[in-house]
Amino acid sequence: MKLVIIDYGSGNIKSVKFALERIGVNAVLTNDLVTIENADKVVFPGVGEASSAMVELKKNGLDKLISTLKQPVLGICLGMQLMCEYTEEGDTCCMGIFPIKVKKFNTELKVPQVGWNNISKLKTDLFNQVNENEYAYFVHSFYAPWSEYSIAQTTYDKEFSAALHKANFYACQFHPEKSSHAGQQILKNFVNL
Amino acid sequence: MLTKRIIPCLDIKNARTVKGINFKNLIDAGDPVELAKYYSKNGADELVFLDITATKENRKALAGLVEKIAKNVNIPFTVGGGISSAGDVSILLQSGADKVSVNSSAVKNPELINRLANKFGSQCIVVAIDARQINDNWKVHLVGGKVPTEIDLFEWAAEVEKRGAGEILFTSMNHDGTKNGFANEALARISKLVNIPVIASGGAGNMQHFADVFKIGKSDAALAASVFHFNEISIAELKQFLNNQDINMRV
Repeated sequence: MKLVIIDYGSGNIKSVKFALERIGVNAVLTNDLVTIENADKVVFPGVGEASSAMVELKKNGLDKLISTLKQPVLGICLGMQLMCEYTEEGDTCCMGIFPIKVKKFNTELKVPQVGWNNISKLKTDLFNQVNENEYAYFVHSFYAPWSEYSIAQTTYDKEFSAALHKANFYACQFHPEKSSHAGQQILKNFVNL
Repeated sequence: MLTKRIIPCLDIKNARTVKGINFKNLIDAGDPVELAKYYSKNGADELVFLDITATKENRKALAGLVEKIAKNVNIPFTVGGGISSAGDVSILLQSGADKVSVNSSAVKNPELINRLANKFGSQCIVVAIDARQINDNWKVHLVGGKVPTEIDLFEWAAEVEKRGAGEILFTSMNHDGTKNGFANEALARISKLVNIPVIASGGAGNMQHFADVFKIGKSDAALAASVFHFNEISIAELKQFLNNQDINMRV
């Protein structure tokens, strides 16, 4: 199986690669369109700021490619937000895979949300053998509101989407690569989709 | 619900763990990778590694160590000690660190915080602040708390947030090593002042101290070294204890 991690200069993608190695998958880091298109599975990670990330993606046409992929795709954190149609971060138009507008937390609570929070209302095979209310590790200031595409829910000030699904596209707001055993199981599930 | 975090801190010298660690031969306590694995298995929510030598020659060894830790640990970890440029940060993040912490170099050159936050994102920039209470005033200290400055702790905390810090790691030099509890009053003040997470450090001696630092000190996370390294407090028992006091923990 060929699994690629899209490398567009966004933050720490080594930890995603290492997490996959721990479950026996040797992933390739690449920004090459042909390699990505021909992979069996694609992971689309991301940390950092949305508008500059979109600029990077547009440079070599990754933004167009990702939304046309047919194999299972897993967006992580900022990757998930960029798969939505819009984010308030930098007033940025994104890829529009999920018809969702990403919002900034507007709360008395601290922003970003940093740390471990529960995920519940788990749906799809991505969460096979993952318990309801399991903990996952989050670091984010923006969130996707609850919608028909939500396959996991977390509460911080209000309920929001901890994960999304549409056709071959999966995405999670939390970092499975840093979410201990539950995160490892989720990555395994993605590999086995 | 978002949980409070428990963070063991490991001092690193020449890519080995130092400072009295006693695991009664359970593991090679000098091996940071083994310790990191042990802590991540036993309930730690995050780890902090502080390179206490932090010389240029040791940078390469540190990057190699960070990569080994990243390969073996499935929880977030922060690396600090002697970081003074975007180049330093870049090497550590590329080696697999999730966050870096900057301290003295940020005090000497506050602009560094802006630069790092813009380049790498606030989420991976922890600003560590060492301060000591002298009479009624909390003053920021440099070089592991040895060198006093005239900078007020609370003004500095507000400034680092404004410049783009993602979290503040505050160590009270008055409390560090005393095992008499954390600096809850100052912590609560910082926590009220800034809207980013505050990690408390210095003074952990028993489980009630952790309950107090969350309830009274309003901290988001608590960091400690020797109580964990000497097995005086087990993280699993500590988390159960805190959970029983209605402090939300990942157990």
